[in-house]
Amino acid sequence: MSRIREAFAHGKAFIPFITCGDPDLDTTAAIVRAAAAAGADLIELGIPFSDPTAEGPVIQEANIRALSGGVTTDKVFDLARELRKDVTVPLVFMTYANVVFSYGTERFCKTAAEAGMDGIILPDVPFEEKGDFDDICRQYGLDLISLIAPTSNDRIAMIAKEASGFIYIVSSLGVTGVRSQITTDIGAMVSIVRENTDIPCAVGFGISTPEQAAAMAAVSDGAIVGSAIIRIIAQYGKDAPEQVGRYVAQMKAAL
Amino acid sequence: MAQSRGRFGIHGGQYIPETLMNAVIELEEAYNHYKNDPEFNRELTDLFNNYAGRPSRLYFAKKMTEDLGGAKIYLKREDLNHTGAHKINNVLGQALLARKMGKTRLIAETGAGQHGVATATAAALMGMECVVFMGEEDTKRQALNVYRMKLLGSDVIPVKTGTATLKDAVSEAMREWTNRISDTHYCLGSVMGPHPFPTIVRDFQSVISKEIKEQVLAAEGRLPDAVMACVGGGSNAIGTFYHFIEDEGVQLIGCEAAGRGVDTWETAATVATGKLGIFHGMKSYFCQDEYGQIAPVYSISAGLDYPGIGPEHAWLHDIGRAQYVPITDEQAVEAFEYLSRMEGIIPAIESAHAVAYARELAPKMRKDQILVITISGRGDKDCAAIARYRGEDISE
Repeated sequence: MSRIREAFAHGKAFIPFITCGDPDLDTTAAIVRAAAAAGADLIELGIPFSDPTAEGPVIQEANIRALSGGVTTDKVFDLARELRKDVTVPLVFMTYANVVFSYGTERFCKTAAEAGMDGIILPDVPFEEKGDFDDICRQYGLDLISLIAPTSNDRIAMIAKEASGFIYIVSSLGVTGVRSQITTDIGAMVSIVRENTDIPCAVGFGISTPEQAAAMAAVSDGAIVGSAIIRIIAQYGKDAPEQVGRYVAQMKAAL
Repeated sequence: MAQSRGRFGIHGGQYIPETLMNAVIELEEAYNHYKNDPEFNRELTDLFNNYAGRPSRLYFAKKMTEDLGGAKIYLKREDLNHTGAHKINNVLGQALLARKMGKTRLIAETGAGQHGVATATAAALMGMECVVFMGEEDTKRQALNVYRMKLLGSDVIPVKTGTATLKDAVSEAMREWTNRISDTHYCLGSVMGPHPFPTIVRDFQSVISKEIKEQVLAAEGRLPDAVMACVGGGSNAIGTFYHFIEDEGVQLIGCEAAGRGVDTWETAATVATGKLGIFHGMKSYFCQDEYGQIAPVYSISAGLDYPGIGPEHAWLHDIGRAQYVPITDEQAVEAFEYLSRMEGIIPAIESAHAVAYARELAPKMRKDQILVITISGRGDKDCAAIARYRGEDISE
């Protein structure tokens, strides 16, 4: 059993997403520690990519800020090693296929595992293409996280049967970003997942308020929040850790 | 475990968000049905012939042949198509397919604006809604085409992210597609992106080589020794190559945009300077840094200003069947001016990249050899930019 299971062992999980190196890597480290201390159950560390096609404007801009600051994959690995000295919550990378592929998939997975990472989310690698990554991830004890979307329909069972770690349920059509309403019937998607696997499901895309997080977690095992946190970081910069900690505590309490 | 689909050797595939998977599967199923449907093919041929003006001419460039003193040069005149470029071939096919699928809205990316204009044209013809994404930088370089698209009833969305050029327009069109799928078809403009686009676009563009073959056989009684075309994503090039791939005596040559040179960062020559990667839905060659960040490429030609190349070209390169050569801005501009004066044909600056290499290659070939250059589009849209390149400040 991977460490990711532990994230879902303390009630409904709250999962924040943080772009590494926005505004700089020291601040990212402080934000991760603040989020973990405030009750985050699992943390997604975004490795910036020049052309993040699944992201809305808020996270796109965080990627640009991080890359302009000189962040590289190797520097993100250094950050993970540094965090693992004291941060014990499960950590997964969230990035794009080319970041992993260009580093050398095997070299990437080996380094990530040695740095203490628990999994990888690649939003541009669907079920049919996971063969490039899945076996190598498994070999190094990393979970390649599967995503299902409101359009997945007849694909949910197939994806769930081979999923590991947790299943990332994409709440809405479109890219990442805050939404005023989420109208997808998440409960129906979770029921199909449940018929095919017992691994946990967390819902992401569009969640920003405690009420939304509570509603999503009520029909699944947890809530994932990215853009709302990135907005706090964009607003407060180096002073963001305290603000993010406060936000995470509030969101976790609502679940 | 489900198999990866749409491979050309190791290239291709479907590296896209799960949200789009059923959309591309539905597209593949619809295409496989309609490509063999006599009614669909009758309608498409009718549009090609009576609306787009096909077949396009294969013109013997007598003065250019004499001037270069080598191979006999023929020009495949895709510039004479309705809307002024080869892009209409693909767009008519995809718009017809989308309509059969019950879609009422087309979205598209565009670089130089030729694909955007073609998509806006097909949308007007078929009574569909149309939104075109265009890098903000390109909306400035190609202001006339922005106006044409609006005139045709389309919305043009300037894309400000990244380098504000073609790759960012593709990213933004993909994002829009994940947002609105049920009534919308993404009319991708080149032989790139996730399967089935590289195959669909190739098939619709393969009319170019089908006609070249018939026309050159009628004129010369034999196949050409070489066919060449410019390559960005590579749709007019694959269209030019396709029916000659099995004819091993026919050399296939793609001309990439080297920008200010392949030894500079200001280049878009993917085969010459890129490496294997995964981006925009496909595995292929991409200009990128050591960490896989996609390079901010550059070319004077907005239509070739793309950091990748279609997966079938990557495969033709791997197996040595096609050859890809880099052509600089300066060479392309000289060829633009050369063909204008020599034959009275103003080629698109994209197509001028192929003309430039023909000027090097033809003199090295024998007089009994035959070289076909695809003139993918006409150059009216480029006149103001080329004038500025030459230091002449004219307004459009």
